[in-house]
Amino acid sequence: MAVIRDVMPAFELYQPSSVADAQQLLQQHGPDAWVLAGGMDSFDWLKDRIRKPKVVVDLSGVEELRGVRTTGDGIEIGAMTTLTEVVNHPVVKQKYDLLAQAAEVVASPQIRNQGTLGGNVSQDTRCWYYRAGWPCYRAGGNICYADTPEGRNREHAILHAERCVAVNPSDTAPALIALDAKFVLRTRKGERVIDAEDYFVGPEIDITRLHILQPGDLLTAIRIPSTWAGRQFYFEKVRDRNVWDFPLLNVASAMVLSGNTIERIRIAVNGAAARPLRLKAVEDAVRSKPRNTATGEMAGKLSVQGAFPLQFNTYKIPLMRNLVKRAISGVEEATWAS
Amino acid sequence: MGFLEWATSPWGQSVPIHIAWFLIWVAVIAGLLFLIVHAIYVMYFAKPRVFAADDPSAVSASIPKHVPRHSLVARLFHWVMAASMFTLLFTAFLPKVGIQFNWVTYHWIAGAVLTVSIVFHIIHASFWLDFWSIWPDRIDLDDAWKRVRRFFGMPAPPPHKFAKYPPENKLFHGVIILCGLSVILTGVFMMSRVRTIFFPRNPYLFSDMTWGLMYVLHGLAGVGLISLVMMHVYFGLRPEKRAITKSMIFGWMDRDFYLEEHDPERWKVQTASSSPTSSRVEGRGVTDVG
Repeated sequence: MAVIRDVMPAFELYQPSSVADAQQLLQQHGPDAWVLAGGMDSFDWLKDRIRKPKVVVDLSGVEELRGVRTTGDGIEIGAMTTLTEVVNHPVVKQKYDLLAQAAEVVASPQIRNQGTLGGNVSQDTRCWYYRAGWPCYRAGGNICYADTPEGRNREHAILHAERCVAVNPSDTAPALIALDAKFVLRTRKGERVIDAEDYFVGPEIDITRLHILQPGDLLTAIRIPSTWAGRQFYFEKVRDRNVWDFPLLNVASAMVLSGNTIERIRIAVNGAAARPLRLKAVEDAVRSKPRNTATGEMAGKLSVQGAFPLQFNTYKIPLMRNLVKRAISGVEEATWAS
Repeated sequence: MGFLEWATSPWGQSVPIHIAWFLIWVAVIAGLLFLIVHAIYVMYFAKPRVFAADDPSAVSASIPKHVPRHSLVARLFHWVMAASMFTLLFTAFLPKVGIQFNWVTYHWIAGAVLTVSIVFHIIHASFWLDFWSIWPDRIDLDDAWKRVRRFFGMPAPPPHKFAKYPPENKLFHGVIILCGLSVILTGVFMMSRVRTIFFPRNPYLFSDMTWGLMYVLHGLAGVGLISLVMMHVYFGLRPEKRAITKSMIFGWMDRDFYLEEHDPERWKVQTASSSPTSSRVEGRGVTDVG
């Protein structure tokens, strides 16, 4: 990690009080504007002086971006709702506990008090070469320093790497994908509602971003339909330090069982690629199968097909295989028959 | 506004990383300007073409109705090269102007196709075709000078009719060689920076400065090809060039067009009485740039 220099570069600070004002500012300043949500990712960039935006648009004063609201079909969570509010909200805990579990293991309590759900899904990657300001692909250059024999790539991608091998560090993203959440965006062309999995992009599409937001766009809310409310959930995060760390890998699943048969399932992992991966092949493979060790093992093996480990992250392959197996068959079935 | 984008390497060295992407639009606008100016010139200002008098009657009787110009192999090469070139240009530059898609894989595959086709073309043209027919000869240079003088209203005798390829065609081919070989040579090395089936990935093959210059050369040649391809397509669609374009599809051109534009002494076609062993006499395409 770069040495934090503590003194941020000068910028124009705007503190709009409505979504309309925020959007107007963002569109007015385009690529020169930086969106500040909870600041947990932003302040690193600014204090390290790696990013020097001319304009910062602070969303903390936009009340309409805050809070959890029940709707006709589920809930809508404002993008500026803090992770602590998400974790403690009774409806989230009761019906969408998968999201509560994921949000509860983000960083530390202090960070969850300040960090927002919108910020958590929109945060940038933790690749230290990139965050140190090195001119890598993601920074607009022509090299990936992590994908070399000498590169420190223990935390990097094993799937879908395309020149850049950075990974998405969000814990809530796979939970939202598993819950079939919809992201509400305000763009120059108006409001767009997209599936959670479509919010994220890999380097093969856009190597400089982890999500589809373009300059001038704003994520305003996340809607979770009632389709998976109260179902069988599983979330697990593996990290180096359990008190406070980004995921090495995490897995989230929502499952509907009929007896012991898997009727429907959505499962996603993060930390394996530059975007959280919905494991559709696994979902298809385990549908109508009994929820047992054999199905879990089959799913685990299927999930890592095509994995391409780097010099120091081969461990992620058995790790992901096991996490997926546990998500399918349950923790008590964790031992492998073969 | 610089023509190149620079970055500071981890070792504190200022290195170029690629061209500035506004050069894409410069190339497009330059290509469009050329087309517009040329079209206006041809429509309103160009004088009828005048060639030095020849004696076609001596050979015209022996010229077949369809004059063979490009062999099937040469035509296949041309269209494979064209397809790979368009794929390369679209996959390279569309993402830079905001159309995002998974371009890298298509780009390197098209690059590999282009490389193989160019290698084939060099061998084919060197050993099976008349290698020198695409290169300017002394008559071309003399005629070019005459045409320049006449363009500016200065006294000069009319130029000869063309050999197999007009001098403009040869000039275009020369520029394409420069740009094409630049993108191919740099592109082959750049493949070592992405995962392909050809090389183990090795981004440290060269220094950051060498890599940067390689990316710059690749980019400059690439945007140059935008203008060149625009011009090439434009001339391929112009009515007075249609016979040449048709020959790249069917392999032959009309006898009338041949006698009107080409000098049978400089581009001999196969006739019943000519030697079948000479490739020049057979009139086969040598370096088929359209």
